[in-house]
Amino acid sequence: MRDLVIIGAGPAGLSAAATAHALGLDTLILDEQPSAGGQIYRNVERVTDQRPADLAFLGRDYAHGRTLARAASAVDRRQGATVWHIGPMTRTEGRQVVWSEEGKAQKVNARAVLLATGAMERPVPIPGWTLPGVTTVGALQTVLKQSGIFPRGRVVLAGSGPLLMLLASQYFAAGIRIEAILDTTPPGGLNRAMLWLPLATVGARRAILKGRRLRAVYGRAAREVWRGVTGIRAEGDGALQTVRFTDASGVAHEIAADALALHEGVIPNPQLPRLVEAVHDWDPRQRCFRPVLDAYGASSASGVYVAGDGGGILGAEAAEASGRVAAATVALGLGRIAEAERDLRAAPDLNRLTGQRWLRRFLDAMFPPPDWIGRMADATTVCRCEEVRAADIRKVADHAQGPNQLKAYTRAGMGPCQGRMCGHTVTEVLAEAKAMAPGAVGYYHIRPPAKPVTVEEMAALVE
Amino acid sequence: MTFARLAGPTKAAAVTLTVDGQRIAARDGDTVAAALLAAGRQAIRRSAVTGEPRAPYCQMGVCFECLVEIDGVADRQACLVPVRNGMVVATQQGEG
Repeated sequence: MRDLVIIGAGPAGLSAAATAHALGLDTLILDEQPSAGGQIYRNVERVTDQRPADLAFLGRDYAHGRTLARAASAVDRRQGATVWHIGPMTRTEGRQVVWSEEGKAQKVNARAVLLATGAMERPVPIPGWTLPGVTTVGALQTVLKQSGIFPRGRVVLAGSGPLLMLLASQYFAAGIRIEAILDTTPPGGLNRAMLWLPLATVGARRAILKGRRLRAVYGRAAREVWRGVTGIRAEGDGALQTVRFTDASGVAHEIAADALALHEGVIPNPQLPRLVEAVHDWDPRQRCFRPVLDAYGASSASGVYVAGDGGGILGAEAAEASGRVAAATVALGLGRIAEAERDLRAAPDLNRLTGQRWLRRFLDAMFPPPDWIGRMADATTVCRCEEVRAADIRKVADHAQGPNQLKAYTRAGMGPCQGRMCGHTVTEVLAEAKAMAPGAVGYYHIRPPAKPVTVEEMAALVE
Repeated sequence: MTFARLAGPTKAAAVTLTVDGQRIAARDGDTVAAALLAAGRQAIRRSAVTGEPRAPYCQMGVCFECLVEIDGVADRQACLVPVRNGMVVATQQGEG
């Protein structure tokens, strides 16, 4: 039995692993991706070794991921390891964690489990978002880091938030041409956020300075930059050809496009915290669910901790800090260190987290999450897998008590992605249709296996 | 949408895989999804309900739009699997 199984090797998971190792915990990291770093530091070790020139446009903050990975290098880590079940807590055997690696299922018992599974981009259900040629902004950044590839032709970035600005600046620095940026941030961002600027500057000075640099590049990163954009639609026959939108003064436009990348912020990846039935609440400021955690990252599920963006969006620096705090708290829970030592270790990181929360208040005011998803067009796809449209959900909204009953009525959430792409949208559409708070509408129950596995894989466990 | 590779130098080794019977060139470190895009593939599957063309949306293991058959195993998430020399990939047209 392991002392600690950490799921996810991004900033939270790696920093937690380094701390856990230093405190003598027998630790295993399971990460689904091909290499460590999470999304923010994706592929950083290989980029540093094989194409170091690319670090020039990926940026100094990206290169920091290598330091993080090195600090955790003594910890047993499996890449390409997809966790699909976390069993109930038992008094003598801890929790069983089950994963698949190279097509084979494996299991381990853990006294404590740290979920460091990070964020996903908020699905952006605009008309035409299932067309080939339409991706997320994060997807373009992912393949830039992974393989150094970028879309040819007329590239349009659309949406709002720091990641959109970061990709625009990375493309600009790499000499990749952007045809248009369609910025959907409601006008008056800086005015809305100004109240938080002094605290954010004290709490996260580097991030504020970086934001200023990004803003300076943003306006010239594309051939056209439109602000206050609404009503974005993707159109094309079999693939994206045209993007339509309405500008800030209400005038409709259309532009020819080969690639459209969407971004309306990120939300906690809900799957594993939901799988262990951790209590969640709705965060109205970020318009998403997040697991309810204590100050040290403990969830309501016994022996399960959450660190990083999976516990609420605070960014990479906060993820690192929360990983260290959670690992020290696991050591305390297992009797390896005294409470005084945990408190001493956690104090500077809890301070950092406070500063990062101030920064987040600033960013949430500047880039408020989209308020239109519950009112999305009737004909637009909500569930990409089963091709369920908003109208299909509204038709049965009165009868469906919540998202789980809706599955049976519409098949939304029953396809290969297991509700990952429609869960958030279904909550928003149901809440609007039923005139209820999203928190009261709730979310899908997530049941094992949390990722599709073959019967052969499952059978291998029993042998 | 087709993808191009940055012109900068790389030490990544060349890798060859077979996609729907055709050999494509990739690089060590590519995921199967990235390799397909870099090789000029656009829609890499058809939806199981109406058969409409789909392409990778998220590239991080969430959307399941990149499902392909890899070395005989159906419904693999191409964005999570690194390429290997000699890998045999088949796209899924409506059944996945």
